[in-house]
Amino acid sequence: MMERLAAAGLVGFTRLLVGARADWRAPPAQGQCLYFANHSSHLDTLAIWSALDPPRRAATRPVAARDYWDKPGLRTYFSGRVLRAILIERRRDAQAADPLIPVFAALEQGDSLILFPEGTRAAERLPQPFRGGLHRIAEAFPQLSLVPAYLDTLHRSLPKGSHIPLPLYCNVRFGAALARPAGETRAEFLARAHAAVVNLAEGREASA
Amino acid sequence: MNPAQKLSWVFGGIVALLVLASLIGWLLQRRKGPTEVIRNLNARVNAWWVMVAVLAACFWLGPLATLLVFAFISFFALREFITLTPTRASDHKPLAVAFYLLVPLQYWLIQQEWYGLFAIFIPVYAFLGLPAIAVLAGDTEDFLERTTKIQWGVMLAIYCISHAPALLILNLRGFQGQGALLLLYLMLVVQISDVLQYVFGKLFGRHKLAPKVSPSKTVEGLIGGGLAAVGVGTALWWITPFTPLQSAVMSLIIVICGFLGGLVLSAVKRSLGAKDWGRMIEGHGGMMDRMDSVTFAAPVFFHIARYYFSG
Repeated sequence: MMERLAAAGLVGFTRLLVGARADWRAPPAQGQCLYFANHSSHLDTLAIWSALDPPRRAATRPVAARDYWDKPGLRTYFSGRVLRAILIERRRDAQAADPLIPVFAALEQGDSLILFPEGTRAAERLPQPFRGGLHRIAEAFPQLSLVPAYLDTLHRSLPKGSHIPLPLYCNVRFGAALARPAGETRAEFLARAHAAVVNLAEGREASA
Repeated sequence: MNPAQKLSWVFGGIVALLVLASLIGWLLQRRKGPTEVIRNLNARVNAWWVMVAVLAACFWLGPLATLLVFAFISFFALREFITLTPTRASDHKPLAVAFYLLVPLQYWLIQQEWYGLFAIFIPVYAFLGLPAIAVLAGDTEDFLERTTKIQWGVMLAIYCISHAPALLILNLRGFQGQGALLLLYLMLVVQISDVLQYVFGKLFGRHKLAPKVSPSKTVEGLIGGGLAAVGVGTALWWITPFTPLQSAVMSLIIVICGFLGGLVLSAVKRSLGAKDWGRMIEGHGGMMDRMDSVTFAAPVFFHIARYYFSG
């Protein structure tokens, strides 16, 4: 009960601050999804999560960095109980095992996920090259819909190093789920996934 | 008639007009079905009901509520302007100042009736202060363009729009404490001019006025709608300190400024690659789509009234 109220509050706050309006450029994907997007601010997770419609949102959990979200107090409460985030370790030295193990576990449960394949926040409007995690997930879950998303103003609302969010309107553009051709190399796949987000950024129709 | 009665009469008239507009919209939809134009017309009329209700609530609650509502209008207009403007991460500080300091400060100056600073605070201190803050970020790429865009947004959305509620603190000869009527007069003439230009354009429009800038504006709409709006403004002389002839001139000035404001902001919008400023007001677009005429009309009307009629 408390969690649902807190979730409604979080969505309301995000909408008020940055709009977070969903803009589906393709018919919304059905079934289990992994939404992957450009990463430029601490508001990104909340913006995508708030842009999803309530049934999708209820089934979707963000993958987030433990070093940011696992701070005692409100952050832990929101990431753990409200967003039900999957916290992963980014610092290599602290990684005891494969950092993606909890991600695989969540996907096996049938959860949908939000993932930022760049791994860290970029200062620009276009994403940096993607890291390999997305490819491993794609290999392991061939039925999963990989849905590209683009956040258009958050790199200006709360750029790295700033603390006061600007109230710019953010549209969350969702594209068509990636096609899953056989025999693609890791680099080809990552480049295609990256291009899908860039296409959304440039307003081009995403080629599947 | 005392000011409160005048307000009631004018609002009564507006409500009657809206009832008529709703009725026409309903009849059109029944006769011709829900075409794109008719649905947009009805969405616009419905949004007008809400906007008129907000304005009426302002007047009923008093000057502080009016200032607060206009501060939010400025805030939302600036939000739309900056959202469409490609600023960079290094503009974060001046933008935070614009949103969270300049908006409240400008309206606080009106509340304090501090005319001297109200008139120069943004054109002088914000004009110089914003680039001074921006330069500290050390990013020289497109510096002039970025600074100019922020200054334009701040001037239009905060400074220009704030001149509408600033009418509340104007002390005109024999018109003390009736600023609310002047604000209503300005808003009514500006908006009715927009509405009538749209109606005349839709009914009689043949010759496009500026097809590249604003494809919906026509010569017939401007002349027919503009003259009709001047007629409405003239007929409202009894709520102003003006004689009927003065009221006609004032309305003409408001209509011309409003038209130019709409045209200029349409060009700005298109140069930023957008059709609407936002989606806040159903059928109209964004806040700036509704306030574009006010940005030009309010400061000019304010200063002419202040220069020629202040006591």
